[in-house]
Amino acid sequence: MAEIKILAEKCTGCKKCISACPFSAITVEDKKARILSNCTFCGACVSACPFGAILLEREAREADLSSYRGVWIFAEQRNGEIMPITYELLEIGRKLADALGVELSALLFGNGLRKKAEVMLNYELDKIYLVEHPLLAYYRTGPYTRAMVDLIRQKRPEVILMGATSTGRDLAPRVATRLKTGLTADCTGLEIEKGTRNLIQTRPALGGNIMASIISPRHRPQMATVRPRVMKKARPSGNRRGEIIEVKLDFTQEDKMVEVVKFIKEEREIEDLQEAEIIVSGGRGLGKAENFSLIRKLARLLGGAVGASRAVVDAGWIPSYHQVGQTGKTVQPKLYIACGISGAIQHQVGMRNSEIIVAINKDPNAPIFDIATYGIVQDLHKFLPVLIEKLEDEKRR
Amino acid sequence: MHIIVCIKQVPDTEELSKVRINSRTNTLVREGIKSIINPFDENAIEEALRIKERHGGKVTVLSMGPPQAEEALRRALAMGADKAILLSDRSFAGSDTLATSYTLAMGIRKIGEFDLVLLGKQAIDGDTAQVGPGLAEWLNLPQITYVRRIELSSSKIKAERSLEDSFEIVETNLPALLTVTKEINTPRYPSLRGLLKAKKEKITVWTSKDLALDKERIGLDGSPTQVVKIFTPESPKRGKILTGEIPEIADKLISEMKKRKII
Ligand SMILES: Cc1cc2nc3c(=O)[nH]c(=O)nc-3n(C[C@H](O)[C@H](O)[C@H](O)COP(=O)(O)OP(=O)(O)OC[C@H]3O[C@@H](n4cnc5c(N)ncnc54)[C@H](O)[C@@H]3O)c2cc1C
Ligand SMILES: Nc1ncnc2c1ncn2[C@@H]1O[C@H](COP(=O)(O)O)[C@@H](O)[C@H]1O
Repeated sequence: MAEIKILAEKCTGCKKCISACPFSAITVEDKKARILSNCTFCGACVSACPFGAILLEREAREADLSSYRGVWIFAEQRNGEIMPITYELLEIGRKLADALGVELSALLFGNGLRKKAEVMLNYELDKIYLVEHPLLAYYRTGPYTRAMVDLIRQKRPEVILMGATSTGRDLAPRVATRLKTGLTADCTGLEIEKGTRNLIQTRPALGGNIMASIISPRHRPQMATVRPRVMKKARPSGNRRGEIIEVKLDFTQEDKMVEVVKFIKEEREIEDLQEAEIIVSGGRGLGKAENFSLIRKLARLLGGAVGASRAVVDAGWIPSYHQVGQTGKTVQPKLYIACGISGAIQHQVGMRNSEIIVAINKDPNAPIFDIATYGIVQDLHKFLPVLIEKLEDEKRR
Repeated sequence: MHIIVCIKQVPDTEELSKVRINSRTNTLVREGIKSIINPFDENAIEEALRIKERHGGKVTVLSMGPPQAEEALRRALAMGADKAILLSDRSFAGSDTLATSYTLAMGIRKIGEFDLVLLGKQAIDGDTAQVGPGLAEWLNLPQITYVRRIELSSSKIKAERSLEDSFEIVETNLPALLTVTKEINTPRYPSLRGLLKAKKEKITVWTSKDLALDKERIGLDGSPTQVVKIFTPESPKRGKILTGEIPEIADKLISEMKKRKII
């Protein structure tokens, strides 16, 4: 990691560096320059200093990568509950740690989480770094970044995995940028390259039209966020061998730049689309907004959530948080029922990894049939009522 | 109130499946592909314009990209932005999110004073959502991501931030950086007058010479991540069409679901 120093014997306090610094990260006190914590090591001051009084040591190009060892996962918690993604990270993290022959550690940040950490020891891991502080009780970018960066600088892990969740995708890029290391977003495949110890990170891009494999060969740690519900979940092993390491960190007011005022659980008619095992989606083939009642009925009957294509969201038939696809949500339920949806590529990329796809569409040439497990070439207004009635009969049995 | 909006030119959604890969450099070949402003960035522009309409001030749009990205900036001007700046230089090519956020940060430093930086929540081509937080880090700003509603007072901003199954209300002092979702508003269409006016307007272009850049932080050299392979995902197999009369099909479907233990 880069380091910057003022050579006090050479510095005259001329302040040329202050005007050269693009980040306002230098002050002069008692006629000597001082570098502040928001320095990005850009080097602008070094070339501006007439006295050669600023020394910048960048991480060497071929930095000593071998001094970084171990795989870390970020154990996400919300309101004191461990989030499901944590178990997915534990499973894939274990695999990578075994491939590298190193320890797997989890980072758990919060307040009053000792008991939760004890429970996590039931999984195959070696260490849990537990950082507790009132400022960490609830996720906040500032203190979480501080805590993670401090720990990474001390312990130097080679791989860090986080969930591609609203928390992980807020935190990971902030941490990676402070460390000036590589970060790969929303990975669906992770493996270790023999010999180089590089993490090969595979992810969809361009709305799922292509897959890319990405490495960060010259930088450590290698960071990735992992798409939820792609990796298997770890199971408790019964072999408790890990230990909890409590870490004390201090925070400054500066670390807390954003204040959380309130946390609100959404009262939506549906559970989260991305958590749903079954999704029933409606498209323009429904004809009009009122006909979404058919979709809702079927979804309720199956215990599923309601999805929609972009066209009907744009038409105002249903709010946009139901939208599946390119500019909406990417979902991967066990069962996806597409009713009156043509299946344009922008919709397909959001749902084509569903386990079973049922498509109901009048037009036998609709592209949705290209990816459907079961295709039903029928008028949905005739078919759905019959299906609903039969399912209701099933339930009564 | 000075608001800076970072916008990216991306391939049109309709054309995403046609984007080709240069197999030698593993970068995207964008020639001949229709381009648009990244959809979430249009929401960011719209929000900036609404703030300006309510509180007064000025909206600057900023993009890094090849010369053709001027098109996207012009459209933003037509929507009502006051000034457009393009960061463009051969040496910026191949930037990953770290190098992109660094270059944008240096552009913003050169712009000078501002109160708010707005971005889309993610770009629909790279889909990383990393440039916003990265930029906030380079600029040492508080960040709020996935914003779907804001309330502004003279020195503070209050925002609703979307989470998976909930949302939170957070508050911070200005200046700050926000990334917005499409829930926040519906972007306006540029008026005919706006389009005509924007055609004639000048777009400021800054190259690496204009910015006090560290050469080791830009372009391919400044990018820790390297794309080593690009491939098309396996397309799922075509399934079977269920035939017969409607009640018969419904029965078939239900029995398949039972076999697969879904119901
Ligand atoms: C599928 C995929 C997934 C990726 N995932 C990640 C990820 O998870 N994390 C990450 O950090 N990076 C990611 N990247 C970025 C990656 O690391 C490389 O940076 C990438 O291969 C280069 O980006 P690009 O192909 O999008 O090209 P770009 O860098 O976008 O190519 C166009 C760029 O070239 C520049 N340019 C070219 N010619 C000119 C000119 N004449 N004047 C001015 N500018 C010019 C512009 O800056 C413009 O932005 C991903 C890339 C791809 C293709
Ligand atoms: N080259 C760029 N120029 C300007 N803004 C950008 C650029 N790349 C990304 N952004 C902004 O960052 C957001 C997130 O992009 P990404 O991290 O690539 O998903 C986009 O919605 C834009 O607002």
